[in-house]
Amino acid sequence: MKIRNTGYPYYIWLAIFIAIPLILVLYFAFTTGDSQNLGTFSFSLNNFKRFFTPIYLTVLYKSVSLALVSTVICLGLGYPIAYIISREKPRIRNVMVLLFVIPMWMNFLLRTYAWLTLLGKNGIINYIITKIGFQPLDLIYNDTAVLLGMVYNFLPFMVLPIFSVLTKMNFNLVEAAEDLGANKKVTFLKVILPLSLPGIITGITMVFIPAVSTFVISSLLGGNKSTLIGNLIEQQFRYTMDWHFGSAMSIILMVFILIAMALTSKFDKEKEGEGGGLW
Amino acid sequence: MVEKSMKRLYTFLIFLFLYAPIIVLIVFSFNDSRSRGVWNGFTLKWYFELFKDREILRALYYTLFIAISSSIISTIIGTFAAIGIYGMNGFGKKLVLNLNYLPVLNPDIVTAVALMTLFRLAQLEFGLLTLLLAHVTFCIPYVVLSILPKLKQMNKHLAEAAMDLGATPFYALRKVIIPEIMPGIITGALLAFTLSIDDFVISFFTTGHGVSNLSITIFAMARRGINPVINALSTLMFITLLVLLLIINKRTEKNDKNLQERR
Repeated sequence: MKIRNTGYPYYIWLAIFIAIPLILVLYFAFTTGDSQNLGTFSFSLNNFKRFFTPIYLTVLYKSVSLALVSTVICLGLGYPIAYIISREKPRIRNVMVLLFVIPMWMNFLLRTYAWLTLLGKNGIINYIITKIGFQPLDLIYNDTAVLLGMVYNFLPFMVLPIFSVLTKMNFNLVEAAEDLGANKKVTFLKVILPLSLPGIITGITMVFIPAVSTFVISSLLGGNKSTLIGNLIEQQFRYTMDWHFGSAMSIILMVFILIAMALTSKFDKEKEGEGGGLW
Repeated sequence: MVEKSMKRLYTFLIFLFLYAPIIVLIVFSFNDSRSRGVWNGFTLKWYFELFKDREILRALYYTLFIAISSSIISTIIGTFAAIGIYGMNGFGKKLVLNLNYLPVLNPDIVTAVALMTLFRLAQLEFGLLTLLLAHVTFCIPYVVLSILPKLKQMNKHLAEAAMDLGATPFYALRKVIIPEIMPGIITGALLAFTLSIDDFVISFFTTGHGVSNLSITIFAMARRGINPVINALSTLMFITLLVLLLIINKRTEKNDKNLQERR
């Protein structure tokens, strides 16, 4: 036995459980027929034609724009806090990072569920509002609630990569810039921001991908009104049983993510560098 | 001074945002009322109900069973895979690494429907087996990715030296390579365990016949609306997590101290 042959069981596993399933999805996307009977399949582009009609395009537009807005909000909220944490003394810094990690370890569904208690019709926020003497608000089962759920769930994914880049940054560079007469704004724009770019890019991909493909947050906090592309895929595979159309949508979703990653990596000049990996 | 207090306030608000929902969940798990928003007095009845709930207890059992077995299987396959990949070069290595990256980069829902399609066409019965296969599939890539850097750090000639001195390849693997990359293996195993415990999307699509994990059970319950039993469950899970993290933190602190003393 040679040591480098130890990988073969996994190569077979990769072929069966990763390569073949994706090829199957691709195959389903370009065919129509009875999903449960391979014999009835025939090549067709109908699934894609069906998707590119106003009803489905609206859903795609909504998914992408909600994901983009939540990514921007996460960046806006996350960058300052990542910066603040990175400038703390090591002891306090470790505690603060731990405080960010703890909610991330809690079950994703419980974190989303927690907002039901706060936002619901008889929830706490409405209880306070009515106590003050106002009419209760419709806080839940709309797009804002979905957006809130996304920001809440994915904020740590933005903060941690940016934080890890900022702590590794050589702070003497900032001092040098200040010594050479740069004001705070210039120092930030010309020194700190470019140096933290790899972390920002990791953060953006780590927020955008789960946000654009989620169906959990939209079905718990968005009710029936908020359908995203994730919900459409779920319906096709679990209820409507039109796997061909579901596969076509999965392919479209993948293409969108590939585009997003290509766009972000364009800004990332130092690929393979000391990027802001989460692990 | 103003800037400093602004920073304090901002930090406080962010942590409030992160923890308010969790604190509310915990407080209301002790509330003697089904409708939220109103405090009706302290009770432990939701906890008793939790431990009487067959559905939840079975889901807990499945979750732990799947997490333990999939992390063991994926750690074993992943460790050997990482060693194999490390020894490869050229096109083969690129291909394997890219395939390995797919489940990490792909959205969960795509991995989930792809596996669902495979299992349906292979006519496997949806249940414990399909769930386990799916979990192992999405765990291995993370194990491989946490071991590869350790292999790169390792001195290349160690294994060769062992074999020159008469060790069989298997002996060299067991006595030289594995101990060198142990930290990576442990990280990978822990990562696999937590990913498996936390997974919802892939499990949701690849299970059937009444086999469900905690995430799926919570999803089904939460869709029906608020249920104080879920609050009780969250509280227990949160406390378990907190205790675990504190223990790990204490241990690493101790290790750091030991290292410093030895120096």
